[in-house]
Amino acid sequence: MPEEIREDDAGAMGESYYLNMGPQHPSMHGVLRLKLRLLGEEIQDAEPVIGYAHRAHEKMAENRIWPMFLPNTSRVDYLSGMIYNLAYCQAIEKMLDIEVPERAQYIRVIVSELNRISSHLLWIATYVMDIGGVTPFLYLWDDREIILDIMDRVTGSRLTYCYGRFGGVTMDVDDLFCEQTSAFLDRLVGRMVEYDKLVRKNVIFIQRSKGVGVIDADTCRQYGVTGPSLRAAGVAYDVRRAEPYGIYDRFDFEVPTLTEGDCLARYDVRVREIEEASKIIRQALRDLPGGLVMPEKPKKKFKPSPGETYFAVESARGHFGMYLVSDGSETPFKIKLRTPSFSNLAAMPKVLRGTMVADTIAIVGSIDIVLPEIDR
Amino acid sequence: MPDTVVNLVDSPALGVLIGIAGVMAALTVNVLFLVWLERKVSAWIQRRMGPTEVGPFGMLQTIADMLKLISKQLITPRHVDKPLYHIAPVFVFVPVVAAASLFPFDEHVSLQNLDIGLVLVFAFGGLGIVGIFMAGWGSNNKYALLGAMRAVAQNISYEIPLILSTLSVVLMVNAMGDANTNGMNLAQVASMQHDKGFWFVLVQPVAAVIYFIAALAETNRAPFDIPEAESELVAGFHTEYSGMRFALFFFAEYSNMFIVAMVATVLFFGGWSGPLLPGAMWFFLKTYAIVFVMIWIRWTFPRLRFDQLMSFCWLVLIPLSILNLLVTAFIARAV
Repeated sequence: MPEEIREDDAGAMGESYYLNMGPQHPSMHGVLRLKLRLLGEEIQDAEPVIGYAHRAHEKMAENRIWPMFLPNTSRVDYLSGMIYNLAYCQAIEKMLDIEVPERAQYIRVIVSELNRISSHLLWIATYVMDIGGVTPFLYLWDDREIILDIMDRVTGSRLTYCYGRFGGVTMDVDDLFCEQTSAFLDRLVGRMVEYDKLVRKNVIFIQRSKGVGVIDADTCRQYGVTGPSLRAAGVAYDVRRAEPYGIYDRFDFEVPTLTEGDCLARYDVRVREIEEASKIIRQALRDLPGGLVMPEKPKKKFKPSPGETYFAVESARGHFGMYLVSDGSETPFKIKLRTPSFSNLAAMPKVLRGTMVADTIAIVGSIDIVLPEIDR
Repeated sequence: MPDTVVNLVDSPALGVLIGIAGVMAALTVNVLFLVWLERKVSAWIQRRMGPTEVGPFGMLQTIADMLKLISKQLITPRHVDKPLYHIAPVFVFVPVVAAASLFPFDEHVSLQNLDIGLVLVFAFGGLGIVGIFMAGWGSNNKYALLGAMRAVAQNISYEIPLILSTLSVVLMVNAMGDANTNGMNLAQVASMQHDKGFWFVLVQPVAAVIYFIAALAETNRAPFDIPEAESELVAGFHTEYSGMRFALFFFAEYSNMFIVAMVATVLFFGGWSGPLLPGAMWFFLKTYAIVFVMIWIRWTFPRLRFDQLMSFCWLVLIPLSILNLLVTAFIARAV
């Protein structure tokens, strides 16, 4: 347990001083607070302080019936809300043994992967902005906007979706959705080439990212770092591949891995994941079967038998787990959310030590944290 | 010397006053235009509209902004070092006005035609950094202090290649002219290019590139805008400033940008020299073209890290500019 950094302990390290960064700071991704002990511009010690966006989602779950927790899920991580929303549905389906129609399974994969692409696009935008490039931000939001529009048409909301139901999805998709989605994927190919030229090949971008903030595989294992940060460190762990859920075992896709573990590798992994997600969507659109999207008799009120269920999905940020405990009543006894950003952030004090202030921003940005997801 | 504004009126003191008033007015209008230009160009680069509401093409937007800043209450945070905090914006602002009054806008239009014009421009340019450090120190804020520390290190380092690169032009002018030629005199540098019929950027391309890069760093423009890096230091040295005090920093920053572009115009792009159009027109056209490139770069590149910035200066720019100076001196001697 590292000692706490206190504001009044100036001189504990001789010339070092204390700097408070956040929760109100332009690049703390919401309300992260970092307590830093600096020597000049070099970071001696860093301590993240969280909890400024705590909304007690887990406690809320205990005070309402099982289906009423559904809208909460997408608000845990508002950038990949669909994945979280469907994770809860699938956890309940696992608990109650509900069959999901084929068509609904495919639609779930399509919207989840679209959501993953939009989340990764947003990450690239904010990461480049964190290291000082403002223009790519607007270009990438432009692309993301199309996804949000497509999702808005189908689900009725742009960010905080409540699209999944126990046994299926609320609304069926139409031909226009499929056309729009494949048109977007075609457009994205060209755009990604453009971003490669605009961002990835830029000398300053490479200088700022290469070798910066290396999180090696051992550190990842120690702290439970998952998602693109883990894959950038050379561990090919992806829940979609490791323990396939839904119908992910039917698709042909790769788990991109790199070994460097630095910010640049995390960038490259995410870019390749966008390509893999596009591949999955194309396959799903091709194979999309007809039929219903909900079971004949959907379950609305139920009392699961006492017991525990754990269900994990690969969110845009890593391994997201839902641990449901039922005591046999209409309300959950406990819902524990294992959010990936929380573990990813936990590795920060170790990684940040010895870096410069400018690197801190880049590294914290590169692990793609969403504060409401950490605080829950 | 009848060709300077100061000498047009009988009393030199009155002439200086009129001149300074004129320069300040011109600079203010110019900054308002530059801010509008920056916003429009950045909007164009980012596929946005930019300001559109106030005036034609939103051109009066910056005037509205300025009125807002003027009418705001001047807030002095309780923890600041008051004398330093109050005087810093003025300290940043005054050298800019002084430096701007030294340029030959046309063959016969200049406020002060001095034999040490170039030296003075850089001397005033170097003074501004004192104001920046006063702001950073006086604000009593760690972000401001970090920004000011970065600014001081950066500006002092980049002044070396900046001046060395211009020195090679001075050497060349002296070698090309007769005994009365003074390469430090900005008007003479411009007229020499006019007489010879070519711009010095053609014979001193290395110096021009070094000058341009160093000038970007000297004016704290991206990708060297680390003293105020908004994603790291909130706003750097002017974090604690608001209202008109902030506007003075803003004013100085944009005017500095214009001044280094004017120096580049005079030294490398022939100053007022050009066909058909009047000289002053050419002068400003060239200056704005350089400013446009600076804006373009700002909205394209990410920001360097502080140590990378310093090593780039000391390991690349300074050796290169010294080499360029030596080669120039050798050739000037031989010719």
